[in-house]
Amino acid sequence: MNSYTLPNDKGQFGIYGGRFVPETLMKAVLELDEAYKIAKEDPSFQAEIDGYLSEYVGRETPLYFAKNLTKYAGGAQIYLKREDLNHTGAHKINNAIGQALLALRMGKRKIVAETGAGQHGVATATVCALLNLDCIIFMGEEDIKRQALNVFRMELLGAKVVSVTSGSATLKDAVNEALRYWVEHVEDTHYLLGSVMGPHPFPVMVRDFQSVIGKETKKQFFEQEGKLPEAVVACIGGGSNAAGMFFPFIEDKEVSLYGVEAAGQGTDTDFHAASLTKGKPGVLHGALMYLLQDDDGQIIEAHSISAGLDYPGVGPEHSYLKDSGRANYQSITDSEALDAFGLLSKLEGIIPALESAHAISFAVKLAAQMKETEHIVVCLSGRGDKDVMAVKERLERERA
Amino acid sequence: MNRIEQSFKALHEQDRKAFIPYIMAGDGGLNILTETLSTLEKFGATLIEVGVPFSDPVADGPTIQQAGIRSLQNGTTLRGIIAELTKAREVVSIPIVLMTYLNPIYSYGISTFAQDIAKAGVDGCIIPDLPIEEEDLLAAELENAGIELIRLVTLTSPRERIKEISSRGKGFLYTVTVKGITGTRTEFDQEVVEFLKKVKEVSPIPVVAGFGISTESQIKELTPHCDGVIVGSKIVDLLNKKDIHGLESFMSVLKPEKNIR
Repeated sequence: MNSYTLPNDKGQFGIYGGRFVPETLMKAVLELDEAYKIAKEDPSFQAEIDGYLSEYVGRETPLYFAKNLTKYAGGAQIYLKREDLNHTGAHKINNAIGQALLALRMGKRKIVAETGAGQHGVATATVCALLNLDCIIFMGEEDIKRQALNVFRMELLGAKVVSVTSGSATLKDAVNEALRYWVEHVEDTHYLLGSVMGPHPFPVMVRDFQSVIGKETKKQFFEQEGKLPEAVVACIGGGSNAAGMFFPFIEDKEVSLYGVEAAGQGTDTDFHAASLTKGKPGVLHGALMYLLQDDDGQIIEAHSISAGLDYPGVGPEHSYLKDSGRANYQSITDSEALDAFGLLSKLEGIIPALESAHAISFAVKLAAQMKETEHIVVCLSGRGDKDVMAVKERLERERA
Repeated sequence: MNRIEQSFKALHEQDRKAFIPYIMAGDGGLNILTETLSTLEKFGATLIEVGVPFSDPVADGPTIQQAGIRSLQNGTTLRGIIAELTKAREVVSIPIVLMTYLNPIYSYGISTFAQDIAKAGVDGCIIPDLPIEEEDLLAAELENAGIELIRLVTLTSPRERIKEISSRGKGFLYTVTVKGITGTRTEFDQEVVEFLKKVKEVSPIPVVAGFGISTESQIKELTPHCDGVIVGSKIVDLLNKKDIHGLESFMSVLKPEKNIR
């Protein structure tokens, strides 16, 4: 691949991306684009982020050789990039720190955000507490039920959590409400979007803030193995941990990039969240991207056991990487993810987030087809404490 | 000159202002669409904005969201709306403008959409999630089909941008009079009036105020500073309640005998 320079000035990755937002938001979106361009070129901005990432978040995170999982899979050597060890327990804080510092530079002290699993909400609430910013989080009513502990966490951190009852009452609807709120409060509020989606510059900005994952991985892997890994694997809802993991490897075409979507009850059923595998291009939440939709262009509700993957779209860059063939997108069902959740807990003493369990599940299958001399790095995007209750209930239901 | 331009020209000659009701197609069933459009024409609508329901209407408040949900539950599709509008055109002579989010159009196929709505007698199209930065996606197709793209300006649009946006169209300029989404508001602040004056100054095409307009007093407050108003949530609400007398009385606010001018 030649030098990869996407997106273009309009925020397009091929046909995907763009800025499909109401006129009310255009001023804010253009200002954000401008502010981010300036900040990106300012070494003091990056230094400020790096300072917080190292002193507050606890980076760099380890690149851990999962000996027992490797032995179990019986093939390629599996490494885990331990984003679960970040402060707040997931990769989401990498982006929250970057955007909150940018909001401060823009003179905005009020933050609105959406959350699915609650990981982005907790990361945002945390950073707002740290930087003394007002914080309001929209979360689907269904997700509030599934992730009660994270709701309490956000409130403890001083955020206001607003329950969203419209539509499927999950992540998609939380984004709708956060966008509506932003339209009404755009002059003094920054929308701290949690994934590589939404209008430009969010997809590129979130990717850049998350690229610390891939950059560290590349360096750490080289230090341990003296080469590049043959494959990297990450789960995909909106796609932020995958984008951050993939981007530093994108021009290293010898590294295969695998994104893992949620197949829910199966991609041949109506209950999944596999936008890239089963969707088609369309426009939602400010960007042209792959979407789960019916023949009339109405968005279909996504289904996944994992609240963080329960989204009917996927970031524009992933949509482009799918079409271009640079990345390969697979899917893992709820029950496969549950198996991997238990497997990693037992084999490595690491309870993964259900989101990350999708990546683990696929990596085990992939490793079995690869040689022992080859290497896979899996982005373990978050810890599973938040999911323990939901998994317990599900297992008890299945046994009953 | 298309139907939209003709309507505004005629109003201007009579020194009157436009009253543009918004309805959600398929709310109450698509089979009542033609009758509803006829009624609104009879009650003095200048032009009718026909909403296409969408699963994720981010620019709309609760009233229109609910109307959209009801419509989708009735099985409404864009294809069905276009078919019904074709029939309605035989009895309705005022301009019809479709208001739809982009994805139903994208899914339908942009050039087929433009041709089909033109054949159905639709005069214009409002796409709330299509800022001018992105209109290359379909502006040419709409123009070739003779469909006017109705653009929006808002309180957050800088003056130069309002100039740019208003210079692109021939129909009218949809001027969003609230910081926010659609829905009823109790009052406007002076900022809105100042904003309308500013837009009126720079716009070469008629300036129509919309979003948050639901009372006679609001309409009287705003119309001296613009060429007309769009009323959405209030109309949707009256139609949903089947309050036809209320609708007639509300829509008479800008009739000549009651006109403030």
